[in-house]
Amino acid sequence: MTSATAGGTAPVPPARTRKSVTGTRKAVVALFLLPALVLLGALVVYPIGYSVVRSFYDQQGDGFAGFDNYKALFTDDGIRTALKNNIIWVVFAPSVATALGLVFAVLTERVRWGTAFKLVVFMPMAISMLAAGIIFRLVYDQDPDKGVANAVWVGVHDTFAPSSAFPKAHPGRRSPLVADKGGFVTRDPVHTGQSVALPLVGVAPDVMPDSAGKAVQAATDPGRVTGTAWQDFTRGKGVGTLGRVDPSELGYSGMRIEAVKDGEVVDSAKAGADGTFSLSAKADGARLRLPASNFAEPYNGVDWLGPSLVTPAIIGSYVWMWAGFAMVLIAAGLAGVPRELLEAARVDGANEWQVFRRVTVPLLAPVLAVVAVTLMINVLKVFDLVFIIAPGSSQDDANVLALELYRKGFSEGRPGVASAIAVFLLLLVIPVMAFNVRRLRREVRR
Amino acid sequence: MTTHAGRLAEPAPAKALNRARPSLGSRIASGVGGGAVRVVLLLVGLFWLVPTIGLLLSSLRSPEDMGASGWWKVFTAPSQLTVDNYQKLLENGDITNSLLNTVLITVPATVLVVVIGSLAGYAFAWMEFPGRDWWFLGVVGLLVVPVQVALIPIAELFGKIGLFGSIAGVVLFHVGYGLPFAVFLLRNFFAEIPRELLEAARLDGAGELRLFARVVMPLGGPAIASLGIFQFLWVWNDMLVALVFSDSGSQPITVALQTQVRQFGNNIDVLAPGAFISMVVPLAVFFAFQRQFVSGVMAGAVK
Repeated sequence: MTSATAGGTAPVPPARTRKSVTGTRKAVVALFLLPALVLLGALVVYPIGYSVVRSFYDQQGDGFAGFDNYKALFTDDGIRTALKNNIIWVVFAPSVATALGLVFAVLTERVRWGTAFKLVVFMPMAISMLAAGIIFRLVYDQDPDKGVANAVWVGVHDTFAPSSAFPKAHPGRRSPLVADKGGFVTRDPVHTGQSVALPLVGVAPDVMPDSAGKAVQAATDPGRVTGTAWQDFTRGKGVGTLGRVDPSELGYSGMRIEAVKDGEVVDSAKAGADGTFSLSAKADGARLRLPASNFAEPYNGVDWLGPSLVTPAIIGSYVWMWAGFAMVLIAAGLAGVPRELLEAARVDGANEWQVFRRVTVPLLAPVLAVVAVTLMINVLKVFDLVFIIAPGSSQDDANVLALELYRKGFSEGRPGVASAIAVFLLLLVIPVMAFNVRRLRREVRR
Repeated sequence: MTTHAGRLAEPAPAKALNRARPSLGSRIASGVGGGAVRVVLLLVGLFWLVPTIGLLLSSLRSPEDMGASGWWKVFTAPSQLTVDNYQKLLENGDITNSLLNTVLITVPATVLVVVIGSLAGYAFAWMEFPGRDWWFLGVVGLLVVPVQVALIPIAELFGKIGLFGSIAGVVLFHVGYGLPFAVFLLRNFFAEIPRELLEAARLDGAGELRLFARVVMPLGGPAIASLGIFQFLWVWNDMLVALVFSDSGSQPITVALQTQVRQFGNNIDVLAPGAFISMVVPLAVFFAFQRQFVSGVMAGAVK
């Protein structure tokens, strides 16, 4: 597509002057042309005709089926998901890649190591979609200890919302606590001057917070409600004395305690290293609650390749591969933009944003259109990335037309429907085909 | 950078006049001075490199280490690095065989496309026969035909003539789909060869074949290089065509690895080094022939 414009820098000589210099014999013409024409005929043209005909026959290929296979395009669940996803792909992948390419192309002009940057961003174009697929399968791995996407995500998440330290804690036998909305609450109201015992069990020693120290029974204070939240478990001896703080038991350092009166939190405190806490007189007559946030399972990151995010995730990997393509094409276009125009705009008082928005982008519009259309055609046929990145469990949700064609044709034994998908894909690219031919006809017939 | 910033600073008084109500975009843009641009590009570059680095480092850790922690652990524990995975992989007959198949598919598919495409490109550029330009436009029309259209028909055709599952079948298919672009690119390039050059050779007594081999092909060097590199990478990196037309004996590395992906998680010690080995050649081509690579990819991306 672009080579036509690149090749057009010097005008193509008019047809008349390109008469043969030898007065070619027919046999020689055939010798030069036949290999290409035979192969093209057998491998490219014949399949088009075959697919069109095949798409009107049933799955065995011997009964005429009319438009049944095309009806399946809109009734078959698999194909409908594929169609929907293809639309998402065609809308988002080319536009994001082109936008990034434009930004990169403009910004790289301003740094000295722009070429190195371009090399890095363009590099993914060299590798196979399979390799890119494996790369991103790894990036998106659910386990934050394997997938870098979740490692970063969990890291950020835990910075702002630290995961709880007591995921499996629960009241032991004869505990004063009962379950309440994912947390626990004391059965009876507490009063000032009381030292409340809040014993729990079940936190594995290796996940206890490092800050946890030896638990102590909180001293009473006549004006306050005090108490201790601790792991009522002595290693090797079981619970020790049930409901009492034994010498080697650990405090629940950092446990949040709320005083609740009539469903409203009237006061709250955090347990210290020894598990003790102290609440003001407002807590008098309230019940003490250990809210659910203390017991939440550790945050495990985003399920990138789960049913809802799998398509955006794969589009992300596509953008990683193709933004470099957009960038290099746009940078080539940018090199052709006369600097004086940009300078003139600046001299006229335009700032960088205005220059970009009002001068650079409009001048680049044709290039941007070529890039976007090229990517759209490319995206219509996307197969490898989806096939590789989407795990079996969410492959149905990530389905695209090219993948569905492969499945219908080669694993579900429905070549009629697969041919209909093929014809549909072909119809989608025909406008581009016509555009190519029209533009070239002008050049050829000059 | 500094000269650029200096140039920007010059028309400042004029700018100030026009700066009555700067929009949000303007304010961001003017904030994006040299330093900010550098930081942004640096971060983006890093972001672009991380996935590949992750694969490389994963391929250099034992499966036990991979099970226990992320690849970034090697930054604090470099002793984990090992080439064991690669050694095991290269002792694996299926993998080495599929690597060989990749070469056996890619080289002929590239050479044939260049040769057949050059012949046809020359014919379309410099020979006279009825309907020449129409034929050429027909070939150009085939440029964007999706490969998918041909999968089922050609699978049946190859089944009938015994090419299904063979390397020759995969090669043939790639040649067929490489030709429209090859003919298009080379015809346009050859058409610009000055007529005088061809006439001079003709006067020296060269026949059509000699003319083609001694004058046209050498002059077409740059275009042929771009085409060759594009086609080479296209075939080397292909998975879909080989997935359909090859069998377990003739499958290239992409297909061999693809079957491994189905059990992703337990076999990262095969997948990561395998993917990296399959990337080595394209990356080498990329770094060695950047210019031809770029022009080839740019021109051929319509496919």
